[in-house]
Amino acid sequence: MSILIDKKTRLVVQGITGRDGAFHSTKMKAYGTNVVGGTSPGKAGELVDGVPVFNTVKDAVYETGANTSVIFVPAPFAKDAMMEAADAGISLIICITEGVPTLDVVEAHNFIKKKGANLIGPNCPGLISPEKSMVGIMPTMIFKKGSTGVISRSGTLTYEVVYNLTANGMGQSTAVGVGGDPVVGLYYQELLSMFENDPETDSIALIGEIGGDAEEQAAEYIKNNITKPVVAFIAGQQAPPGKQMGHAGAIISSGAGTAAEKIAAFKTAGVPVANEPSMIPELLKRKM
Amino acid sequence: MKIHEYQAKEMFSAYGIPVDQSVVCRSVEDAVKAYSQLDSQRVIVKAQVHTGGRGKAGGVKLAGDEVELRKHVANILGMDIKGFIVDRVLVGQAVNISKEFYVSYVIDRRTKSAILMLSKEGGMDIEEVARVTPEKIHKIVIDPSIGVPDFLAREAAFNLFDDIKLVRQTAGILQKLYKLFVVSDASLAEINPLVLTNEGNIIAIDAKMTFDDNALFRHPKVAALNEPTEEEKKELFAKSKGFSYVNLGGEIGCMVNGAGLAMATMDVIKLYGGNPANFLDIGGSSNPNKVIEAMKLLLSDKNVKVVLINIFGGITRCDDVARGLLEAFKQIKTDVPVVIRLTGTNEKEGRALLEGTDLHVANTMGEATQMAVDLAKQLQN
Repeated sequence: MSILIDKKTRLVVQGITGRDGAFHSTKMKAYGTNVVGGTSPGKAGELVDGVPVFNTVKDAVYETGANTSVIFVPAPFAKDAMMEAADAGISLIICITEGVPTLDVVEAHNFIKKKGANLIGPNCPGLISPEKSMVGIMPTMIFKKGSTGVISRSGTLTYEVVYNLTANGMGQSTAVGVGGDPVVGLYYQELLSMFENDPETDSIALIGEIGGDAEEQAAEYIKNNITKPVVAFIAGQQAPPGKQMGHAGAIISSGAGTAAEKIAAFKTAGVPVANEPSMIPELLKRKM
Repeated sequence: MKIHEYQAKEMFSAYGIPVDQSVVCRSVEDAVKAYSQLDSQRVIVKAQVHTGGRGKAGGVKLAGDEVELRKHVANILGMDIKGFIVDRVLVGQAVNISKEFYVSYVIDRRTKSAILMLSKEGGMDIEEVARVTPEKIHKIVIDPSIGVPDFLAREAAFNLFDDIKLVRQTAGILQKLYKLFVVSDASLAEINPLVLTNEGNIIAIDAKMTFDDNALFRHPKVAALNEPTEEEKKELFAKSKGFSYVNLGGEIGCMVNGAGLAMATMDVIKLYGGNPANFLDIGGSSNPNKVIEAMKLLLSDKNVKVVLINIFGGITRCDDVARGLLEAFKQIKTDVPVVIRLTGTNEKEGRALLEGTDLHVANTMGEATQMAVDLAKQLQN
């Protein structure tokens, strides 16, 4: 089954005529993702690698039955793009854009939830269900179809972990990049629950980092709700307090959000924590 | 991004939030002039620095006359408070405080919204209150599509007062503070304390605002108030060149593509017995100029004995990165050994390009880290 995206996903690419939109749309299509359309206001009628461009997401949905959208639109316009997608009836919106003002995300997320839709990101690499669909910028060649679910706040660190999983014969059911911002859409608990209910997933790798308390909450949630084996890796043990480490959400504020606290929370909840990314496959195998 | 108390108070005033009368001063003479302007015998002198704990450090003093004022201002100007040297003080009318309250708007990750926090425990360290008596802090989640309407502002204010006149005054302040918070893209707007004076007025006698860095592009006037420390200047310089940098002080410099992987690299260096010199995320580009600028920055740190470059090429192609590196090393001559790990798209081509150079090429992150740590140890002996 996998979660969130599969062969039934019908994808519209918002910002398809921009440099990133066009590049990644072509890659997604080449992978086998069903890219049914794209949007760029004023460019309706154009084709990008055979994909029709529409003026609005509403038009795209009407003409193609799109149910998922991916946003490659600059930060100042991302909120508007997210809200347009929700308003047009898209049920899963993936925002790749980095640098979106936090209050914009607050507003967009609130609207998206009221419309009964889900957001992934922003500031994320997207998600992939190997051999079914990839939405975003994930390097598909490292993924292999299998039964480990992956949830991560990171981009290239996710790839590092997946690379190790694949090399150890542990393919992935779905890998989701939730994004590096302080406020994002779908996060650990929702995704853990989806993986728990997914018959194709038998284990879960969770990749966290400093900032906020989502990992601590996830640890508690796993203890009470998740029966499938979970293994974690937390980046940022060497991060100094008060400094933003690349990701807008990766900051230890007023002493809270340290890697040490997160690691302790997982260990208390019975979730093994890898010392380095290459240790994840072995820890997962032991837990299974 | 942080701003000073006096700047936050100016913003408060612009939005109709009552503040105490005060003047920012850079010298004792400025302060004496301000004293004559202020309608008060007793004044309070407050250091203006980008850190808390000013009172504990002796940076906040009451003065009852000009002699005391001169003494306090002279003492506080030039004071070192947690590494910040005071070059400005705020001289304001001392207020007759009847009660102190805490009020703030902050972004809450859990509820994915702004929340309003209020407490009768004003004038104290709010984190201490949160730790010891969390039930004394009221939190109200703000729905961004309706903001703070009158009924919500009243409901909030009833947590602090019973007297309807004071409730209405406070409600007005809460609405204005929210408006300021949203319009300026703040990440925190805090009044601690918001006081009820003996005369029955409600005013903010301290003000703190921090702003969302992601939103500064649309707030040039706020961005202009930035006063970065020396360390922050380096970090901002790196940002202007397209990468993120934080100095850590160790001997193994690192350059990585991706923030999560860069943090993990720092951690693994430490795990293997080395000390990371920095965090550096060069993002997803193999552009030689970026690599050159990043290498220059790393090598400008005299503590760096070895450089570790950890690249996982997804969309970024390893052969492009290799070409970028070769170009960079044509321009930068250094004796510092460089370990490079290239994995991902076109890794074979990338590694082939680096054969025959002085670069130490590793296949895995573990291998690369071990090489770097061993090289650093050798150089220390």
